[in-house]
Amino acid sequence: MILLLLRRFASLIVTLLLASLAIFVVLEVLPGDPAAIMLGTEAREDTLAALRQQMGLDRPAYERYLDWLGGMLTGDLGLSMTYRVSVSELVADRLAVTIPLAVMAILISTALAVPLGLIAAANHEKVADRGVMLFAQIGVAIPNFWFGLLLILFFSSYLGWFSAGGFPGWAANPALALKALLLPAIALALPQAAILARVTRSSVLEILGEDFVRTARAKGLTRRVTLHRHVLRNALIPVVTVMGMQFSFLVAGAILVENVFTLPGLGRLLFQAMSQRDLVVIKDVVLLFAALVILVNFLVDLAYAWLDPRLRQRT
Amino acid sequence: MKTKMKLISAAVLLAATPLGAAAQEQALVIGMPIEPPNLDPTTAAPVAIREVTWLNLYEGLVQIDRNGEVQPLLAESWEVSEDGLTYNFRLREGVTFHDGTTFEASDVKFSFDRARSPESTNAQKQIFEPIEEIETPDDHTVVIRLSEPSGNFLYYLGWGDAVIVAPESADSNQTQPVGTGPFQFADWVRGDRVELTAYEDYWDAENIHLDRVTFRFINDAQAQVAALRAGDVHAFPNLGAPELFAELSRDERFSAVAGNTEGEIVAGLNNKRPPLDDVRVRQALMNGIDRSILIEGAYSGYGQPIGSHFSPNHPAYVDTTDVLPYDPERARELLAEAGYADGLMLTIKMPQMAYASRSAELIAALLSEIGVQLEIQPTEFPAQWIEEVFTNKDYEMTIVAHTEPLDIDIYQREGYYFQYEDQEFAELIEEAGRTTDENARFDLYAQAQRKLAEDVPALFLFQLPKLGVWDARLEGMWENTPIPSNVVRDVRWAE
Repeated sequence: MILLLLRRFASLIVTLLLASLAIFVVLEVLPGDPAAIMLGTEAREDTLAALRQQMGLDRPAYERYLDWLGGMLTGDLGLSMTYRVSVSELVADRLAVTIPLAVMAILISTALAVPLGLIAAANHEKVADRGVMLFAQIGVAIPNFWFGLLLILFFSSYLGWFSAGGFPGWAANPALALKALLLPAIALALPQAAILARVTRSSVLEILGEDFVRTARAKGLTRRVTLHRHVLRNALIPVVTVMGMQFSFLVAGAILVENVFTLPGLGRLLFQAMSQRDLVVIKDVVLLFAALVILVNFLVDLAYAWLDPRLRQRT
Repeated sequence: MKTKMKLISAAVLLAATPLGAAAQEQALVIGMPIEPPNLDPTTAAPVAIREVTWLNLYEGLVQIDRNGEVQPLLAESWEVSEDGLTYNFRLREGVTFHDGTTFEASDVKFSFDRARSPESTNAQKQIFEPIEEIETPDDHTVVIRLSEPSGNFLYYLGWGDAVIVAPESADSNQTQPVGTGPFQFADWVRGDRVELTAYEDYWDAENIHLDRVTFRFINDAQAQVAALRAGDVHAFPNLGAPELFAELSRDERFSAVAGNTEGEIVAGLNNKRPPLDDVRVRQALMNGIDRSILIEGAYSGYGQPIGSHFSPNHPAYVDTTDVLPYDPERARELLAEAGYADGLMLTIKMPQMAYASRSAELIAALLSEIGVQLEIQPTEFPAQWIEEVFTNKDYEMTIVAHTEPLDIDIYQREGYYFQYEDQEFAELIEEAGRTTDENARFDLYAQAQRKLAEDVPALFLFQLPKLGVWDARLEGMWENTPIPSNVVRDVRWAE
């Protein structure tokens, strides 16, 4: 087990290093000069040069890359080129929005998808199954930002139950903050729930056809107990795999959903940094996203070991 | 002070409920599409900085009022010498910065010296170029000597780039702005909102009605309308969705006002690249465009057609839309004369802004009628556009709104992306810049407008409208923006 952890951890570091290099190179070749964006179309050449120097853009690329890596190691993420505040501070504020949002979305989608998938599989080819499959079709087809708009139109503009986006912050009133995250979390969760429900359904169906299920039923266990004790646990492995893969979609979805709901999260920060070519913020946030995805996959691997004792032996 | 703060936060909580009791509390929430990157208009160009800070947080020696006229502000009065070279400003007394320091002549000298220094990143350095010397004979007098007469000098001093800052606070203004304006900086939740509160010691405090102003940043046009409807935002001075504007104007909870900005939407042409170096080809393109179709299709019918690069708000404006009106017949003749009887192919680098992409598609459709095939190349604005079109001039045609006020001189600038470089036009603009007599200057601007209308270094399409929507109980909002801004000093809730 410890060896598995160590090996996983080493590959995590190598992946992150490769990711950092890829991010840096892409940003170097991407068109767009952050100084020219800040100074607009009226700026003179000497003014541009002054700002480039302030931003550190006049230094060679390898120096800037090594500085960035070195800063990372000491926990210094650098200074945002446009906001002129430390990126650590910016990112910390944003994580307080994006992490709860992602967690809520995962909880909602799992809470919806696993029971729905089970119900569908248990009632294979019956009305309940057809209903779940229809939900899954619609859920996959609807883009989450558009679904978010529908939620705003109905619950905010029409019913007036929620505010139409924005975030009051955790400090003032945590309940209000949670409430502000609810609609975006639902918007984010729906497509995930649809995919997960389908995966759960087909996985459960597959397990239901296995010999040990027939044995369990033959020795007199009820349908319900068989389903819960024997089928579900075995069926969860592909479900967890898909959940892990979906995390990167969740992160990508958060960029769009945070924009629709004007949530000051990491996704919106990245979106803004991109259009301003705030290279420092882009590099840090993209690497952070990469790290999150890698970390989640690491956790998924650990979850396999928990779900399937055989995998623990393999190391 | 403590109790006042409590009252204010209660007001904010109340305002959070749909169309709440905000009217009594005098708190205002303004929506803007883009968040400013920092809050110092003297160090960067983005319009959003001015939209939060100009005349709210910072003030200049003079201001530009809602009609575009220059009015006294931190300078109570001034005299200009006969030769137009010496400006003598008498400063207002009893003015303090938000940190309590006193506003004096030395602050003016500091601000202008800082803006024109070699390390300065002021986006409009040319404002300060004519300055030769700044003297401060006493604490309330500033004498500025110019090296050559500058007809628009006073007007430029009204811009956000020329606001007065204090030496004690200038370096931290990007994140902790300190000015002399009616509102002081309170908080900035990045990605969400900037909050300003009324400055108690403001020199004109009795005429300020709002206690708190919040700028919220909402980029998505649908989300903007939803926020207005839900009462989360009281005003959107520049609504992003013209097609939703008409709907909101029928809703009696809102005032919907279609005004003018200083933004001219022009389809820039690369005047050095064949076949666009032939004036007949450029004229043919202009003749091939029906501006009313563009305005209808791209901006739901809001917006005034223009025939040259000049704002209809400005007193020197002349209507030149009839110089090259929509005339596809004439366009085909001109193309044939230029040797393109069989038509030609052009590319347009199109930014993602809604007005630009919709206009570009309509232009492509209209030009195909005169035998011009337009290939549309999406180009990310600002990053990619500035690099490819603006800096490298690697383009044939493009389309953007030029939002700076009184910017007809860009056609004369060397190395500017149109690459027009016409001697006669350059002389007109230089002459206008030197002329201090207003009538004579306006006459020169009129000639310059006609010259552009005939030479079409860019296709002049329409004036970018300002579609403002706000709570019908709000008074004092600006209907036009003679300069990019959201001035709220006169705004109040009706009794």
